[in-house]
Amino acid sequence: MSASKHAQLGLSDTDVLYMYESMIRARKVDERLWLLNRAGKIPFVISCQGHEGMQVGAAMALDGKKDYLLPYYRDMAMVMHFGMTTENILMANFAKAEDISSGGRQMPGHYGSKALRIVTGSSPVTTQVPHAVGYALAGKMEGKDFVCLTSFGEGSSNQGDFHEAANFAGVHDLPVIFFCENNKYAISTPADRQLACESIADRAAGYGMDGVSVDGNDPLAVYEAVSRAVERGRKGEGPTLIEAVSYRLTAHSSDDNELTYREAEEVKAAKEKDSIVTFTKYLKDAKLLTDEQEETIHKQIQTEIDEATDHAEQAAYADAESAMLHVYDQ
Amino acid sequence: MAMMNYLGAINLALKEEMERDEKVFILGEDVGKRGGVFLATEGLYEQFGDRVLDTPLSESAIAGVGIGAAMYGMRPVAEMQFADFMLPAVNQIVSEAAKIRYRSNNDFHVPLTVRAPYGGGVHGALYHSQSMEAMFNSIPGLKIVIPSSPYDAKGLLKAAIRDEDPVLFFEHKRAYRLLKGEVPEEDYTLPIGKAALKQEGEDVTVITYGLSVHFAEQAAKELEETGISTHILDLRTVYPMDRDAIVDAAKKTGKVLLVTDDNKEGSVMSEVAAIIAEECLFDLDAPVERLAAPDVPAMPYASPLEKQFLVTKDKIQSAIQELAEF
Ligand SMILES: Cc1ncc(C[n+]2csc(CCOP(=O)(O)OP(=O)(O)O)c2C)c(N)n1
Ligand SMILES: [Mg+2]
Repeated sequence: MSASKHAQLGLSDTDVLYMYESMIRARKVDERLWLLNRAGKIPFVISCQGHEGMQVGAAMALDGKKDYLLPYYRDMAMVMHFGMTTENILMANFAKAEDISSGGRQMPGHYGSKALRIVTGSSPVTTQVPHAVGYALAGKMEGKDFVCLTSFGEGSSNQGDFHEAANFAGVHDLPVIFFCENNKYAISTPADRQLACESIADRAAGYGMDGVSVDGNDPLAVYEAVSRAVERGRKGEGPTLIEAVSYRLTAHSSDDNELTYREAEEVKAAKEKDSIVTFTKYLKDAKLLTDEQEETIHKQIQTEIDEATDHAEQAAYADAESAMLHVYDQ
Repeated sequence: MAMMNYLGAINLALKEEMERDEKVFILGEDVGKRGGVFLATEGLYEQFGDRVLDTPLSESAIAGVGIGAAMYGMRPVAEMQFADFMLPAVNQIVSEAAKIRYRSNNDFHVPLTVRAPYGGGVHGALYHSQSMEAMFNSIPGLKIVIPSSPYDAKGLLKAAIRDEDPVLFFEHKRAYRLLKGEVPEEDYTLPIGKAALKQEGEDVTVITYGLSVHFAEQAAKELEETGISTHILDLRTVYPMDRDAIVDAAKKTGKVLLVTDDNKEGSVMSEVAAIIAEECLFDLDAPVERLAAPDVPAMPYASPLEKQFLVTKDKIQSAIQELAEF
C-alpha cells in the first residue's frame, strides 16, 4: 500500500488532526458569530466559511516562529491556525478592549498582532499586499530567511496595489507568497466579470514569478503548493503566486443578501465539496478519525467557544476617552 | 559651518542618517546610479550600495513597500520623483501610513519619511509644479514638513527620519539651487511641529512656509526702507500646526498676511485663518488676508502665464504694504 497523501508531504498523523481541529474550530466560531449577529449582539460578521481548508493548509506551511502573515478580512481560519485564539476572535467581534488586533477600534476581520507576526490590515482591499513586499525587502536587507504570505480575494487581484506589489517583488526576487483565495464571487460579481484570464495564476507570468492554481477545498494540496513557495522564498528564488479555488458558502457579509445574485442550488452543490466535509472523509478513510473522536473534538471546541463568548460578552469596552489616544507616538 | 544650497543640505542629511543608522534606506525612482532626477541622492548609491534602491515606476508600491518595511522596523526614506505624482500613492499614505498606529491600538507604527519635490517657477507646467500639502493637511496621523532654508532642510529631514510616525517632507524644487546658506557639518535636528520666528516686526505679520519665506524676507527688507516693519513666522511643519506660534504672531501686529504658493481655496492657509479667527479675532486690526496662487487647476507652462500664477516677492511686497496702510 502506498503511503497516504499527507505522509508523502511530510505531515504526521498528528499534524493532519491538528489541521482538522483548526478547520472545525474556525467553522464553529464562524457559525457562532452569525448566531450572535442574528441575535442582535454583534453588529457585523464577515465569514470564512468555505475557505477553512485552504487557509489552514496555507498557514500550516509557514513557520509560526519567523514568517509573517498579511491576511485579509476573510482569513479567520488562517490567523487562528497562526496563533489567534477563539477568545481573541470573540473579543474582536464584541469590539472589546481586549481585542488584540485593535482594542475594538476596527471592524472584526481586521487582524493584526505584532507578537504573532500578523500584520495589521485595513478595509480598502489589497493595501496589505505591498506591505508584505516591504517586510520581505527588509528581511532580505537584513539577511533573514523568513517569508511573507499575503492573501486577498480574486476580485481584489484587480487592484493596482496587487500588480504594483507583484511586479516589485518579482523585480527584486523577494520572498513573498501572493495567496489568492478565489471563491468565485466579489460580493455579487462573479469571477468571469472580474477576470479576463482563465486563472489568477496566469497573472504570475507578467511579473516573472511562478504561478500555480490549486484546489482550495483540499488543504493538503494547498499545503503542498505553499510549502514549495516557502522553500523557494527561503532560498532566495523569489515570489510565488498561488490561486486556491473554492467557494464562498455564506453571503459576503451579514449585510449582504446572496439570493439576489446567485441560486441556492449553486450553493448547495458547493457545500458538497466543502473542505470540512472532504477532509473529514479523508481522515476517516485513513482511519485517523473515528466518529467518537470527531464528536469529542466538536464538543471540546464548542465548550471553548461558549466560554470565549461569555468572556467577551462580559468584557469591558475601552474607555471612551481612549478614542483620542495613539494618533502619534506619545 | 559650510556654505551649501538647499539640495546639498538634503543630500548631507540623508548621507549622515544612513551612516548613523543601518536601518535607514532610500527607495524611489532613479535614486540609485542617477542620484535622483534632481540629484538629491547623488553619491549615496556609491557609498551605500543596495540601501539606495531603484524601484519600478510604481508610486503606490514605493509608499506601500516603504510602509511595510517601516512596520518591520526599518527607517525607509521614500522618494516621490515629483509631488505631483504622489496621487497614485494617496491610498497607501492616507488609508495606511496615517492610520496604522491608531487602528492597531499602538501595536504597529510607521516610521516612514516620504520626500517629494514640489512647487513651481521652473517651467514645470501643470504636472511638475504643484503644491500637494493641502491634500494631506487634514489627515491625523501624518506630519507634513516643508523647510524654507538649507539649515532647516538638514535639521528637519534628520528629525523626520528619526520620527516614529510617517512624515511627508516637501522640498521646493526651485529652492534646491536658489537658496544657499550656512549649514553645520555636525549632527543636529530641529523640532517637528514647531514654527520658527524669522524676524520680529511691528506693523504686519506674515505667516508662510517653504520658498515663500525667502520671498517674504526679501519683501520685508525692501519695505523696511519705507518704514514698514514686518513680523515673519515660518510654519516649517504645516501639519499638525503650531497653534500657539500662529496666535502669538497674529497678536503681535494685529494685521495678518497669510502666504502660500498653493491654490487659495482650502489651502494650508485656510486652516491658519480659522485658527486665528477662533483664538484671537479681537486682537486683529484688519481682516486676515490670504495671498495665494489663483484657483485654476495648476500652473501653466508659458512664462507670462506661469508668472501670473506664481506668488512672487513683488506680490508679497505690495500685499504687506496695503495691509500696513489699512
Ligand atoms: C478599494 C475597495 N473597494 C471596494 C471595497 C468594498 N468591498 C469590500 S469586499 C469587496 C469584494 C471583494 O471580493 P474578493 O476580492 O473576491 O474577496 P472575497 O470577499 O470574495 O473574499 C468589495 C467590493 C473595498 N473594501 N475596498
Ligand atoms: Mg472573491
